[in-house]
Amino acid sequence: MNDNLIIAGKSYSSRLLVGTGKYKDFTETRAALDASGAEIVTVAIRRTNLGQNANEPNLLDSVPMSKFTYLPNTAGCYTAEDAVRTLRLARELLDGHSLVKLEVLGDPQSLYPNVIETIAAAKTLVAEGFQVMVYTSDDPIVAKQLEDIGCVAIMPLASLIGSGMGILNPWNLQLVMERVKVPVIVDAGVGTASDAAIAMELGCHGVLMNTAIAGAKDPVLMASAMKKGVEAGREAYLAGRMPKKLYSASPSSPTAGIISSTRS
Amino acid sequence: MISVNINGETRQLSGTLTVAALIDEMGLTGKRVALERNGEIVPRSTFPTQRLSDGDRLEIVVAVGGG
Repeated sequence: MNDNLIIAGKSYSSRLLVGTGKYKDFTETRAALDASGAEIVTVAIRRTNLGQNANEPNLLDSVPMSKFTYLPNTAGCYTAEDAVRTLRLARELLDGHSLVKLEVLGDPQSLYPNVIETIAAAKTLVAEGFQVMVYTSDDPIVAKQLEDIGCVAIMPLASLIGSGMGILNPWNLQLVMERVKVPVIVDAGVGTASDAAIAMELGCHGVLMNTAIAGAKDPVLMASAMKKGVEAGREAYLAGRMPKKLYSASPSSPTAGIISSTRS
Repeated sequence: MISVNINGETRQLSGTLTVAALIDEMGLTGKRVALERNGEIVPRSTFPTQRLSDGDRLEIVVAVGGG
């Protein structure tokens, strides 16, 4: 069955998108990415170290652009202007690559999105030809506005970035999915494989995570668990779960032919 | 000599330096970097022809691990 994730006209077989931050070293990063099966990986754009050792290990060597689709992000940006500048640099850095993750944060305590700055940045980036996957709150009205601006994927948080608190408001995620036609990808908050499965069972088109994998005791094993969680949740969604029936028990075994009781 | 701010640090440089010469001086030749000068992208193809000016603010970035 072909059940690929389509983003901006491009097809991906994995619905799990992962970050490349917080790993012990690039070897562990690569091993976790391979175990996750992810095709799209987020990267950050940062100042080069001026006193840099020329032979210092480089992310690009361990996670080659020929094997993975890079999704440069704007992590750490608190204004539309900084986010736009960061992604212009990313496009230059990555040879014209236009698929990006926009996130404009509200404050360093919560890392909650500032949707006003996010909307402003999205307008500029779309006008400049970027394909914008946008991190946002789980507000269906904002999600629709971002879609109308031309964002190629809406990425609501399930709970705060790095919190591992899981899917706190499944109802809002459903409202977002009902409102927009572009893929909805849960970005932030997933803590363990069942969280990823729940997001997919709700009908989300994908899940993006970093800390849930990198922050596990065994990141590579957790990456494998997340791959299965996303796949299991997706299949359950497509299969269509049985309805929940409180006080309407229905035995799975035949009710006829049961041997008679010896107590009469 | 000119004074140029690179990634938040002020440096004194020769007045005739091109961007390409600066990149070379910093040991970044052949590395995948992107450069912004006073808020505008400097395409890599123009590094050999762009000369630095006194007071320039440069940002030189790379891709790093991130979520």
